[in-house]
Amino acid sequence: MVFEPSAELKQFLETIRKFVEKECYPVEMEIEEKGEVPEHIIKGLCQLGLFGVTTPTEYGGLGLSIIDYCLILIELSRTNAAVRSQITTNNGVGSKGILFDGTEEQKKKYLPSLASGEKMASFALTEPGAGSDASAISTTAVKKGSNWAINGTKYFITNAPRASIFTVLALTDKEKRARGGITAFIVEKGTPGLVIGKIFKAMGNVGSKPAEVIFEDCQVPEENIIGGPKMVGQGFRTAMKSLNEARITLSASMIGFAERALKLARDYAKIRVQFGKPIAENQAIQWMLADSATEIYASRCMLFDAAARVDAGQKVDAMCSMTKVFASEMLCRVTDRSLQIHGGTGYIKESPIEHLYRDARMFRIVEGTSEIQRMIIARDVLKD
Amino acid sequence: MKIGVLMKQVPDTETKIRIKDDASGIVVDGIKWVMNPYDEYAVEEALRIKEKKAGSTVTIISMGPKRSVETIRTGLAMGADSGILIDDPALEGADCYATAKALAKVMEPENFDLILCGKQAIDDDSAQVPQMVAEFLGMPQAMVIDKLVVSDDGKKATCYRRIEGGAKEVLEVDLPAIVAAEKGLNEPRYASLPGIMKAKSKPFKEINLGALGLKAEEVGAKGAKLKVKKYFLPAEKAPGKIIPGEPEDAARALVKMLREEAKVV
Ligand SMILES: Cc1cc2nc3c(=O)[nH]c(=O)nc-3n(C[C@H](O)[C@H](O)[C@H](O)COP(=O)(O)OP(=O)(O)OC[C@H]3O[C@@H](n4cnc5c(N)ncnc54)[C@H](O)[C@@H]3O)c2cc1C
Ligand SMILES: Cc1cc2nc3c(=O)[nH]c(=O)nc-3n(C[C@H](O)[C@H](O)[C@H](O)COP(=O)(O)OP(=O)(O)OC[C@H]3O[C@@H](n4cnc5c(N)ncnc54)[C@H](O)[C@@H]3O)c2cc1C
Repeated sequence: MVFEPSAELKQFLETIRKFVEKECYPVEMEIEEKGEVPEHIIKGLCQLGLFGVTTPTEYGGLGLSIIDYCLILIELSRTNAAVRSQITTNNGVGSKGILFDGTEEQKKKYLPSLASGEKMASFALTEPGAGSDASAISTTAVKKGSNWAINGTKYFITNAPRASIFTVLALTDKEKRARGGITAFIVEKGTPGLVIGKIFKAMGNVGSKPAEVIFEDCQVPEENIIGGPKMVGQGFRTAMKSLNEARITLSASMIGFAERALKLARDYAKIRVQFGKPIAENQAIQWMLADSATEIYASRCMLFDAAARVDAGQKVDAMCSMTKVFASEMLCRVTDRSLQIHGGTGYIKESPIEHLYRDARMFRIVEGTSEIQRMIIARDVLKD
Repeated sequence: MKIGVLMKQVPDTETKIRIKDDASGIVVDGIKWVMNPYDEYAVEEALRIKEKKAGSTVTIISMGPKRSVETIRTGLAMGADSGILIDDPALEGADCYATAKALAKVMEPENFDLILCGKQAIDDDSAQVPQMVAEFLGMPQAMVIDKLVVSDDGKKATCYRRIEGGAKEVLEVDLPAIVAAEKGLNEPRYASLPGIMKAKSKPFKEINLGALGLKAEEVGAKGAKLKVKKYFLPAEKAPGKIIPGEPEDAARALVKMLREEAKVV
């Protein structure tokens, strides 16, 4: 299976690589220290059109396929994870609900400003009492006249402090829950009762600012239900569709990170001399590099196969989960080996592998933990 | 305004240069080709002037082999309007003089109000073509410019450049003129994907010497005033020496070596 991007996309991928090397590499330490992605990087991402890669052109996006977006994410993920996090909510879970199930008015109203990067989107599903079991949410939405009043607390919400538009999952029927009792709302920043709470200091992905989002009698008009009033109770399905696609695109990023980690290890192994020769000449080091290269290749094959199927409209939930679980665990092994090859140097903050190692750990948890992915895969294996 | 930008395709700055066995040039296989970084400033500046002055156009002109088309397309993707490539086997081996002659010839009929270029190409580092083009075209020239202001009526340009001691020199030139960009003139933009898509359908022409009305004797290796005899890499730096021992003894040993071995003190 050979996947060849178009000549134009190739040129664009080169441009992104140049952007990452010229603009992002010099500020990697600054991002780690300040916990913030500098404004000029975000502006650059806007100018490149990266906030609406798969958004259809009629809504101001680039209208690319999932496979094309994966290639872009691989390039963009050769630096701090927080850089890719800037664009992934707008491209993914923060806009896909509106794109998949929204009304035409909602698409016209929200998608162009998300695709241009003028506004940022967040996706608010997780709560203190509902992580892997997303159906256990306790945030409620109750109809009050022509408005719905939302009450509850979401947490770990990526990009929330910067976001202007939130996709919020709330309980509208406590009995039905995931089966017709959860509704997806669009809540705009500035709506009374919407408060950004604590910003969490995470181990990695520093700069993506996961935060608490609190709703205190936050009233939104009925037209803000994704898909309109007829979609009351259908929000869980909308969320799951968005998350499924995200598993593929998230895996693309993991490949970008892993390739960077391998390159760092290779370059270091070639120049680090111990016992009178470059450490790369020891079989112990060579095997680590070989195993990493092999696992990256396997992940790439899984990714492009699954992405092509998603683009073709096939329902391949299990394959998306397999790709995600394999790629995220691959990434942790590759960054671990790479840090090991760096010896003590790799354990020091100035070394990019140090933050790569921490960034990597997140991917076995977010957007469905490894255990949840295996649950989905096993269900598929056992179904016949 | 009608703006022309001279652009050269050069090896990526990270390229590991290898010399051909017969020392006649560098090995080009596997080289990644990019736009000369100083020319990026020129393209960017042209685009900024265009954005300020309605109805302006930007044309990219390059002399080089076929592969230069890709780099011209990068300029078109950034926002330039059209491109011209001068490509002819007879141009192989052209020196700065011959190159400038061919570039001037192709620009003559275009009647540009302003010609921008980089202060030098990072491959040969000659920094001569812009000046020679200005001579051939009989235009004023402002070299190594890090700030450029074009007057509202488009008749004059004020050009700033750093000189020794941290001072600035300010030049005023009548347009048309040729201005060569220094680092710091601006921050070049990145080509967006829509820009790259649009670049495909922008006007682009390729011309050879015949079409230019030039003879092979005038340009290319035959017209060159400078012949390259051979290429070689600088001698590899000998590894540094670490002088062991107590600081006082080590310093004494160092001075001894500087005096007796290096003969510099
Ligand atoms: C940096 C970061 C950013 C995030 N961004 C967002 C965001 O933007 N929006 C959003 O809504 N959420 C976000 N999240 C939340 C994320 O999706 C959840 O952390 C994730 O779904 C796991 O939920 P949890 O943390 O509550 O863990 P839990 O669900 O409590 O899981 C704890 C452990 O138990 C395991 N487990 C749970 N159930 C089972 C089972 N049935 N069988 C076997 N094992 C099980 C899990 O695999 C895990 O190992 C983010 C999280 C992080 C860390
Ligand atoms: C937090 C911290 C605290 C420390 N504290 C002290 C201290 O108090 N005092 C002190 O003296 N030192 C200290 N050190 C240094 C530490 O002991 C060294 O980092 C360690 O010995 C590894 O050496 P290195 O970092 O130079 O890695 P290297 O020796 O360069 O090793 C790099 C990689 O090559 C591998 N490698 C090297 N040679 C071979 C071979 N022949 N075959 C196969 N693989 C090989 C290594 O296993 C490693 O994976 C500290 C280091 C850290 C990170």
